[in-house]
Amino acid sequence: MIPPESNAEASSNDSTPPSEIVFELKGVTKVYNLGTVPVHALRGIDLQLYSGDFVVLLGHSGSGKSTLLNIMGGLDSPSDGKVLYRNQEITKFSERELTFYRREHVGFVFQFYNLIPSLTARENVALVTEVAEDPLRPEEALELVGLSHRIDHFPSQLSGGEQQRVAIARAIAKQPHVLLCDEPTGALDVQTGIDVLEAISSINRDLGTTTAVITHNAVIADMAHRVISLADGQISDVKINDSRIPPAELKW
Amino acid sequence: MKALDRKMLRDLAAMKGQAVAIGAVVACGIAVFVMANTTLRSLEAARGNYYTNNRFADLFVSLVRAPETVADRVAEIPGVLAVDHRVVEALTLDLDRMPEPVSGLMLSLPDTPDSGLNMVHLRQGRLPDKYHDGEVLVSEPFAEAHRLVPGDTLNTTIRGRREKLTVVGVALSPEYVIQLQPGGIFPDNSRFGVFWMSRRQLEAAADMEGAFNNLTARISPNASEDDIIDSIDRLLESYGGTGAYGREDQYSARFVDDEIKGLRTMGVIPPSIFLGVAAFLLNISLRRILTLQREQIAVLKAFGYTNQEVAVHYGKLISSIVIGGAIAGSLLGTWLAVGMTDMYLEFYRFPVQIFSPAASVYIAALILSMISGTVGMLGGISATVRLKPAEAMRPAPPTNYKQTIVERLGLQRFFSQAERMVIRELERRPIKAALTTVGIAFVCAILVVGRFGKDSIDYLIDFQFNTAERDDVRVQLVEAAPYRALHEFSSIPGVLTAEPFRGIPAILTHGPRSKRIGITGIASDNELFRLLDVDGNEVPLEGEGLVLSSVLAETLALNAGDEIEVQILEGERPHRTIQVSGFVDDFAGTAAYMSLPALNQFLREGRSISGAYLLIDPVRQNSVFRALKERPAVAALSLKKATIDSFMETIAENIMRMRMINIIFASVIAIGVVYSSARISFSERGRDLATLRVIGLTKGEVSGILLGELAVLTIIAIPLGHFIGYMLCLFLSKALETEMYRMPMIIRPETYGVAAVVVLLASLASALIVRRKIDHLDLVTALKVRE
Ligand SMILES: Nc1ncnc2c1ncn2[C@@H]1O[C@H](COP(=O)(O)OP(=O)(O)OP(=O)(O)O)[C@@H](O)[C@H]1O
Ligand SMILES: [Mg+2]
Repeated sequence: MIPPESNAEASSNDSTPPSEIVFELKGVTKVYNLGTVPVHALRGIDLQLYSGDFVVLLGHSGSGKSTLLNIMGGLDSPSDGKVLYRNQEITKFSERELTFYRREHVGFVFQFYNLIPSLTARENVALVTEVAEDPLRPEEALELVGLSHRIDHFPSQLSGGEQQRVAIARAIAKQPHVLLCDEPTGALDVQTGIDVLEAISSINRDLGTTTAVITHNAVIADMAHRVISLADGQISDVKINDSRIPPAELKW
Repeated sequence: MKALDRKMLRDLAAMKGQAVAIGAVVACGIAVFVMANTTLRSLEAARGNYYTNNRFADLFVSLVRAPETVADRVAEIPGVLAVDHRVVEALTLDLDRMPEPVSGLMLSLPDTPDSGLNMVHLRQGRLPDKYHDGEVLVSEPFAEAHRLVPGDTLNTTIRGRREKLTVVGVALSPEYVIQLQPGGIFPDNSRFGVFWMSRRQLEAAADMEGAFNNLTARISPNASEDDIIDSIDRLLESYGGTGAYGREDQYSARFVDDEIKGLRTMGVIPPSIFLGVAAFLLNISLRRILTLQREQIAVLKAFGYTNQEVAVHYGKLISSIVIGGAIAGSLLGTWLAVGMTDMYLEFYRFPVQIFSPAASVYIAALILSMISGTVGMLGGISATVRLKPAEAMRPAPPTNYKQTIVERLGLQRFFSQAERMVIRELERRPIKAALTTVGIAFVCAILVVGRFGKDSIDYLIDFQFNTAERDDVRVQLVEAAPYRALHEFSSIPGVLTAEPFRGIPAILTHGPRSKRIGITGIASDNELFRLLDVDGNEVPLEGEGLVLSSVLAETLALNAGDEIEVQILEGERPHRTIQVSGFVDDFAGTAAYMSLPALNQFLREGRSISGAYLLIDPVRQNSVFRALKERPAVAALSLKKATIDSFMETIAENIMRMRMINIIFASVIAIGVVYSSARISFSERGRDLATLRVIGLTKGEVSGILLGELAVLTIIAIPLGHFIGYMLCLFLSKALETEMYRMPMIIRPETYGVAAVVVLLASLASALIVRRKIDHLDLVTALKVRE
């Protein structure tokens, strides 16, 4: 990759990740016991994420990316190993503590959008801002993903990409400390994909949000601090980008 | 408004048909609850007020004759608060517009108005003047039946003497809220009336100067009624006392009491059924919603909504349906209660009409509906709590369809592809199918119960008054007469058959239990009055044995063959132990029978009778009546058919109203259940159906798959519903049983038929609504949005 000649923002090509450890995963394993054959989704993941970190998770389908993200987000618990979030062992959290961990710290973007069909775009975002501490206004959040003109539409009245952008607005609206995105651009065209990634990266940059993005698209990896590849439930490769490419200049 | 509440309202709007259907079921339950309980309270208040203001007595006793000083001795019995003695005489009236003689009861009024017990309530005119001959008050129901007003005159016979009486006023009495001729079955206001005369006048007419033959008393609420009755009976024994009895054996008080009991049952059982059905519908609907919204719940949880917040969210959805239903039901119930209370108070003619709605009834209604809502949420809410967000987020795996029994048996070639889909769906979700079937079955059951009352009454009348008792007219003599009096009746032209009976008051005692009752002696070859068991077989009168109403078996804890003590209350008051030889399954009143010769012998009298059952030639009916009118020995006539007709007429309005309410409510439930089920299937399978449509199946074929399932369930539900209905009727007939009336456990085939038809119609109506939805299914939206 060729580093860009000039960058609008100095920080976007700052390749040294900040040092404070936000996530620390130690030997995280996940086994699903369905029927006779146990499925090993994760086999001993050791990983650290730093504050302001932007990592991309790459890997084939079924390699365990979503499982890993769900465990970090407190949606799922590992079969073995531990996850520390700011030195607190979330794998030991009670269900209620996990709920408040998610409520106060985590923003999710799901692979399948998962909007509430009976609520408009604005209301879907409001659903989250209403329980957050210092949120953006739903309108601002939707503005960030370029959906100001679709604010009162129901999910069924939006295209797949628009639904995904609402989902992103919903995730970033509460200005989370951690942003976990499962294939946020999977359904989007180039321009929209870039817009969405812009939104994610500006949150990461401006708020220092620790961000993890799952993708199948290796190109997107160029905008990350680190690229972590998963294969068969294990980390097969970690690549540190010496310089990052802003989303607008990614080549699809 | 919070986004989550907005979601709740939109979810509610999306299921509005179903919400209205379930809310309506709640409303029906609450309406019946509020109606029955408010009416009950109003009735109890009006009755309490009447009984207190008019000093209705607690104890009643008649005797042959006692000097007034005896009453003072009764007053000295500890626990007795007040005593009133009076003269009571039977009379017959010869009314121009009635061919048959009409009977009545003449009561003396105390000299000072407003004193004594059982005070009359004057509605028209004035009280009789004790210095004027022949002035009387007439009871309002009788006055109305014969359009009597003050100034009218009446030709009467008292103690065999003809008297011309003048009506000076119309009155009511707490003692005769319901007027029943002694020995009668149903009240008949045109053939029996109550009259009042001044004490002085009646003493003269009845040769009772300085004496009394009837006594009533009020007792302290803390005193033992039984002990006081014993004391009074001992005191009055030598004066021909026929046994004191309390309000529970006083016909009018008992009648009102039974009605109140009936209302109480009605305030409990039907609302429980309705609310149970509502809870059931809520439960299946909520589970359905929660399954559909699995992923939405997961999202809420992922974003940090607590279990409690999610549970409250769905709780609000259910509560709004339930509370909406409860409010509508309360309004409807209040409106119905106004009508019912009016009807009852008019029927009973309570002088003070009180409509007493109470906050407690509405609060109870709200609590009940919340209970049904809570039951509706059982299971569903805990399922949301258990739901793991990470798992819910993954698309549900394709449903695991298996080969059905039909296929394993190799029968599939007999079914079309669509039929196979129906069968597979039913086999795959047996619990859901079973729940829907039970829901529809309950509707069918409620309809069966709704018609049961009328079936039962019709059967009762037919069995009791056509099969068992076949006489047209029952003649009661003023006093027991020698057997040849029977021949006088049978020799009246137009009388086809005359059969004798002897009636006498007695107390039956078995162990600690006792019962005041009239013993009737009948000839064992009696054709007009037969003793039958439930299968219509004749119960023989053997030797000296007693045959009792089967309800008495329970009251007195008796089995056939047991011995009981019989204390006769008139004449020489003989007393002995007699064996119970059998039971009759009669449905109205309670009775004890003996063979006539055995009774005569027991009473130490010659062959004598108290009256006769007559079968008369309808063509010569009027001349028979005229002949009977001329006989002063005749105290009363009861005309069975006329009595039944007039009674049915008085209660017809009530029955019709109840039936209407029941049918309307049952139809609401029918549509509620069937529509909810169909709607749930539709929302569960909307995507599949849309897919089928896209593949190219016609609307008809697609509807067939969905509605075929409903049709199968409905058809299974109907016989099940008939069975549940039968069980509910059985339960109800026990719950509503009183000593006065029992409900025969009879359900006519038409009732089963009507219930089935209504259920089918409701299914059809619901199917049509859902069919319209299928027709208007927006394929693109259905496929795009993952609900
Ligand atoms: N709830 C579950 N039950 C059983 N197996 C599961 C479950 N969730 C995940 N798996 C299995 O775990 C493995 C990892 O799944 P995961 O969803 O993490 O993959 P992924 O890398 O996100 O794939 P994709 O790119 O297709 O989304 C897969 O083999 C999957 O089948
Ligand atoms: Mg995945």
